[in-house]
Amino acid sequence: MTDTTTMTGPLALRAPSARLWVVMLLAVLLLALPPAAKALGEPFYISLVSRVLVFALAAMSLDLILGYGGLVCFGHAMFMGVGAYVVGILAHHGVEETLLFGLLPGTDSGWIAWPLAMLCAGLLALAVGYISLRTQGIYFIMITLAFAQMAYFFFVSLRAYGGDDGLSLAARSTFSDLVSLRDKTSFYYVALGVLIAVGLLLWRVTNSRFGMVLQGARANERRMAHIGFPVFRYRLVAFTLAGAIAGLAGALLANQANFVSPAMMHWTRSGEIIVMVILGGMGSLVGPVVGAFVFLLLEEVLSGWTEHWQAVFGPMLLLVVIYARQGLYGLLPVREGK
Amino acid sequence: MDRPLLKVSGLMKRFGALVATDNLSLDLKDGEIHALIGPNGAGKSTLVAQLAGELRSDAGRVEFEGTDVTALTPPERVARGMVRSFQITSVFREFTALANVALAVQARQGHSFRFWRNAKTDPALVEPARRCLEQVGLGDRADWPTARLSYGEQRQLEIAMALATNPRLLLLDEPLAGMGREDGAVIVDLLSKLRGKHTMLLIEHDMDAVFSLADRISVLVYGRAIATGTPDEIRRDPDVQRAYLGEEAHAGEFFNA
Amino acid sequence: MSAMLIAEQTLNGLQLGTMLFLMAAGLTLVFGIMNLINLAHGSLYMLGAYFAATLFRLTGSFLLAGAGAFVGVLALGMLLELAVLRRFYARDHLDQVLATFGLILFFNEMARIVWGPQAVFMPLPDALEGTVTLIPGAPYPLYRLVTIGVGLVVAVALYLLISRTRAGMLIRAGASNRTMVEALGVNIRVLYTAVFGLGAALAALAGTMAGPLLSVQVGMGDGVLILTLVVIVIGGIGSIRGAFIAALLVGLSDTFGRMLLPAAVSEMTIYILMAAILYWRPQGLFPAHD
Repeated sequence: MTDTTTMTGPLALRAPSARLWVVMLLAVLLLALPPAAKALGEPFYISLVSRVLVFALAAMSLDLILGYGGLVCFGHAMFMGVGAYVVGILAHHGVEETLLFGLLPGTDSGWIAWPLAMLCAGLLALAVGYISLRTQGIYFIMITLAFAQMAYFFFVSLRAYGGDDGLSLAARSTFSDLVSLRDKTSFYYVALGVLIAVGLLLWRVTNSRFGMVLQGARANERRMAHIGFPVFRYRLVAFTLAGAIAGLAGALLANQANFVSPAMMHWTRSGEIIVMVILGGMGSLVGPVVGAFVFLLLEEVLSGWTEHWQAVFGPMLLLVVIYARQGLYGLLPVREGK
Repeated sequence: MDRPLLKVSGLMKRFGALVATDNLSLDLKDGEIHALIGPNGAGKSTLVAQLAGELRSDAGRVEFEGTDVTALTPPERVARGMVRSFQITSVFREFTALANVALAVQARQGHSFRFWRNAKTDPALVEPARRCLEQVGLGDRADWPTARLSYGEQRQLEIAMALATNPRLLLLDEPLAGMGREDGAVIVDLLSKLRGKHTMLLIEHDMDAVFSLADRISVLVYGRAIATGTPDEIRRDPDVQRAYLGEEAHAGEFFNA
Repeated sequence: MSAMLIAEQTLNGLQLGTMLFLMAAGLTLVFGIMNLINLAHGSLYMLGAYFAATLFRLTGSFLLAGAGAFVGVLALGMLLELAVLRRFYARDHLDQVLATFGLILFFNEMARIVWGPQAVFMPLPDALEGTVTLIPGAPYPLYRLVTIGVGLVVAVALYLLISRTRAGMLIRAGASNRTMVEALGVNIRVLYTAVFGLGAALAALAGTMAGPLLSVQVGMGDGVLILTLVVIVIGGIGSIRGAFIAALLVGLSDTFGRMLLPAAVSEMTIYILMAAILYWRPQGLFPAHD
């Protein structure tokens, strides 16, 4: 059995596990991608993988509440969409030089827009979570789905911001001339940087006392109550945090796509993010990143072969759920005593 | 201390036409092991659920250390020191035994809105958890995943988790459920070692265990306590004998320890 | 706002409601008895509409088209249950959601391949064109009345099936306590396949009736699916009676909501209704489970 007294941390005095190899390999590949793509004369890959990084961020935040918390939330795309719209609306008012709500000036400054995107998404998550987390099972799924639908229709009704057609991003987010997001490579590294930073943060959170409560509640909610944990408040905080991070992913998405639309927050989008988490392996943080890769690359490759790629993807998803439920990254063994 | 640690007064619980708890009153003295016995269907599980705060009573009061706790939720009761263990083992199957108990320890150490420090290697959690595991005899199983533990060891883990919360009162719901003679003896031994340190309400069917452990026994029939007394008094009580065995008075054999 | 407008909208609400009932009945039974969340239920509705539209074009008989769609999707449903969904009864809801989500993608795309991306036009059957004047001065489309009628007939038939037949008794028992029915040694697998098939066929019927009213196109099941889920949650999982009442409630709320409220808010009416009911009765109006 493992001698836990010599375990001082994850990178302890032993040979790296299979999982660790994969993480390191992934990190190296991601860091080297832009120069490699340019050298091969395929700069398109930088845009493609940028998109993957954005969804990987969203999937990772969903993993916190789904993989670790056991909460099947069908509203995650809603938080992403709200974050995107905050950036889009602020940029719109900034460029048009009109006032939002007749009070606030717009801006294309990322220093303001991005934290605001996180704040709005987080507050929405707080409100949605406050109501939804009182339910469980199918009811929780339904309520989060209902909120997602409401958000979707709300944004469709905003004629001023494009309604159903969406809104072009008037200006990319700026960061006081430190970096220009209009440059593909710069955006890529910003997205990668955010992903790694948030990944490290979530890694600490999931292993902390807070993370233990979340995981315990997923394993046996009833017992948690009977050893003295008021589970609701912990779940609410996790839900809010996940929502805020999804909002950040939304801000990135707005910049990546140069566009915001209600379609970004449709419930089927939430379904896709859930698929990414499962495909990669839930409850691992790295799994969702892998899942985002596999999902979006598969979509890219399959749609290149046939416009009817979903007829292939659907059954593939079905097979994964039946036979490889733990996901791709999940197939790799966890080191004992981790 | 004259005041009973736990005072249950007039507890009522109905499920439609069925009266599961019928004007039940019960007192528990500080430091005693009080057993609750009764034929199947007497309402023991319903009573435990009400005492633990999981089920809301229709009427009546529960007072713990003089305070009315009737309206408190399970986490609130645990915070005051009223902890239950489960008849059907209810642990965190994916975790190791140590992690299970560590969670219970964590619950007693204030709030858990701590996001940075690794909880799996935190000595403030791991040390007390190990001690609890040793106390119940699972010291060398600490790093085993719960799924690998034998049924008896899982029942020991059940109790370790309840102990880790530092309880004043332990509500033990059939701790010997499903145990054979040898495994059961381990638990009985453990409980007798805890005598005096924690007050216990012991719900059990195993008469040997009950009569060897209990300071006092209450007998529950159709949702009400028909008799309370020392083991000897209960053994000789004709109402009790009748409740268990109908009109036949072969009770003597059954109740002789 | 005239009395005639109210009457017309009430009938519209009932029409939406009875159609939702046809959808909800199957879904709630499948969920209640087999504990299966089947998101592909909307796809069965869509396929019912497509089958009916195609058969109507080929045979010119609406009755034949409807019967064909009914039988066709009944068979497809049972096949789906036997081949795929059966293995998910023991799995958790997340797995079921993901798997049936994959099925939605598959069916939508297959429909696109077979029938193309454009909507397929399904005309009103000749015999049912025109209006009927039930209320003086307020002519109402005959077809819609027939739709309501069909829904009510199915409701009565289901009621009789559930409460008067042995199969119905098994269904009620299964919805209330699945494990017990299995323990009684009833050939539960046949029951499951039959229930699933019935639910699928009812969805196809809903799709058939909806064909001439809405456009028959890829993805038409997605929106209806959500409405149906709302209905079964409000009505109480596993309960036909709950599904009926909730369906009418949702149909009427949605219709009147759209008439009375501004665009953005009207979409939210049914969700607010669902949230309110769940707050007051978290198990729904008529939960079947113990």
